[in-house]
Amino acid sequence: MTEDKKVDIVGRGNVEGANLFRDWFAELGEAAKNNQGAAYVFVMGSMAEILKVFDFPLVLPEITSLQTAVRRVADEYLTVAEDYGYSPDICGYVKADIGVHLRERKHPMGNIPKPALTVLTNACNTYVKWAEIWERMYGVPVFVLDVPATRQAGGQFQLGSSDFARDCKYVEAQIRELITLCEKVSGKKFDIDRLRETMAYANDMNSGWKRVLELNKSKPSLFNALTDGTVYLGVSNNFRGTKEGSQFFKNLVEEMEYKAARGIGTQTDEKYRLAFVGVPCYPIFRRFNEMFAEWGGAFVHSTYLHFASGGANMGFEYDVNRPIESLAEGTLISVREAMDNMFHQDRVLIKMVKDYELDGVIYHPIKSCRTVSTGLADGRRAMMAATDTPSLFIESDMMDKRVVSEAQIKNRADAFFEGLASRRLTAQNA
Amino acid sequence: MAYAAGVDVGSTQTKAIIINEASEIVGRSLTDTGANVVVAAENAYNEALKNSNIQEEEVEYVIGTGYGRYRVTFGNTQVTEISCHARGASHMFPNTKTVLDMGGQDTKAIRVGSNGDVLDFCMNDKCAAGTGRFLGAAAAALDIPLGELGNVAMQSERPVKISTTCTVFAESEVLSWLGKGKKIEDILWGVHLSIASRSVGLLRRVGIEEELTFTGGVTKNPGVIKALEQAIGFKLNISADSHYIGALGAALFALDHIVASRAPSSVKETA
Repeated sequence: MTEDKKVDIVGRGNVEGANLFRDWFAELGEAAKNNQGAAYVFVMGSMAEILKVFDFPLVLPEITSLQTAVRRVADEYLTVAEDYGYSPDICGYVKADIGVHLRERKHPMGNIPKPALTVLTNACNTYVKWAEIWERMYGVPVFVLDVPATRQAGGQFQLGSSDFARDCKYVEAQIRELITLCEKVSGKKFDIDRLRETMAYANDMNSGWKRVLELNKSKPSLFNALTDGTVYLGVSNNFRGTKEGSQFFKNLVEEMEYKAARGIGTQTDEKYRLAFVGVPCYPIFRRFNEMFAEWGGAFVHSTYLHFASGGANMGFEYDVNRPIESLAEGTLISVREAMDNMFHQDRVLIKMVKDYELDGVIYHPIKSCRTVSTGLADGRRAMMAATDTPSLFIESDMMDKRVVSEAQIKNRADAFFEGLASRRLTAQNA
Repeated sequence: MAYAAGVDVGSTQTKAIIINEASEIVGRSLTDTGANVVVAAENAYNEALKNSNIQEEEVEYVIGTGYGRYRVTFGNTQVTEISCHARGASHMFPNTKTVLDMGGQDTKAIRVGSNGDVLDFCMNDKCAAGTGRFLGAAAAALDIPLGELGNVAMQSERPVKISTTCTVFAESEVLSWLGKGKKIEDILWGVHLSIASRSVGLLRRVGIEEELTFTGGVTKNPGVIKALEQAIGFKLNISADSHYIGALGAALFALDHIVASRAPSSVKETA
């Protein structure tokens, strides 16, 4: 391998990810200009495989909202929504999105098209209330995909059981209803071969995502699960079921395998391997990571990369020979996994501590999302009891900088690392 | 004889401690932080030098702590007040398992190991409810000097229930109780019970285990001590120097550096 190749491949995922993000917003801007309606979907069960068959541009409002925070203008949109009457306690993603709509869908990265329909799952209890707002604003249909057998604390029905087959039939029937709705809204006939094509692309993305996450067991870690990982996650959601998404993950696997083989780490000084639990602190996205990196802390994994990928981390492979049935199976398994990662994140973490040789776990409960934050205190206690791994609890928000205190976060991070250093020294001297 | 110093720049007050090689306190000072944090740190340090009657050149290592730790421009390094309170408390009371530090704008509950290591910690988040500032708001509303607050409160026979958790609203709640004809001591004791309740909530997050050492500026208030002891059911460790424990911890870490710098190189590498 030549040096030129190294320059090309190391960091390629971030460059390509940023380019694809720009492409996504350009596509949305073009759709808005042409008055083409988009499918509004969510990260936990987007049903992109179906929607792409009908050529709907996909708007993922969780991602367009978080982009306002990363670009440090979320407060403008939150204020618009609060002036309209929404409480400061309502989900920040919802309010930023409402702010975008009240500003005639003008987003800092471009214009967003109107919805033609909305598709959501029951993975988040806010989704349906959020979609109802668009329904009232634009009079568009809201399709709710009910994914059964969730939150059973490890007792979920498994593939092959009669119970699972029954639940699959329930999901499959809903998928067929969704196809009918898409035909009606788009005026296009459903093409099952195109579904096979989008599912094949999704297969590449699922297997690639699983492989990339596994490769970060490498020491030093190959990518930062909080910063780089969020870029990859964005591509996995925005480009699900597309040729571009498939190629991105093939390239990403190649990059990570290249780095793993040569011991090329994401940061020069990896002293402590950390996992992040929850949704990132987008108002100070880079700075948050720096507070850990400056102590040699590297985020090697995150539960966010599980649940916010809609369970793509499972690496489920569709059988394109029986596409609708298999899509139902994959949806049931993956979306259920995404939900269970929020509700039983202690089990995932106990395994993660061992597999990724973690030195600490950072919990980030956020003010405006009860769904991901409610169980964290309890989960943290369970994780610490099971693994004796130090952890840090930082409360802030994913969108609202009014409740993000950088000085307090820095103070907590510093104290956490002082404790880790002391613990390591004690162990060395024992 | 070498000396080590710790300077704890808090939101309200800045404390400095100088210790000798035997870890004994030889000088201390306390000053209001005010608007100029750099000057406050310098003033506190200079006062502690005077108080200990030693020269600046005799101090080999200085550590800054507290929110203004990075503004201790003459210091050699910084350590968080969380680690410093744990270390200082364990030094002063060696059987300490839990530390409660209550300062001007934040309260910390810390679980410590046998050698003063921080095992876990928890702090009030973003608002100043349950901190010294909460007492300050009540003192202002009732026009009572802060130093007399605890003694007045402890005369209460029928305390009111303070329901607000917001320092800003506390003042209006106090005034509303006054308007209802409640006695000042009953209102104040309600304020103290409210603070104790919030602090115990923080302590429970890390686990309450005896002995519990109480540190920070609010240790000067006997009413808070009484309310806390009633709430947790046992006596707290307190000393006349409890206000200085963060600075003491910083000085002890500074002394570690001095000792490590004198050790043979093979030992130094692990220190």
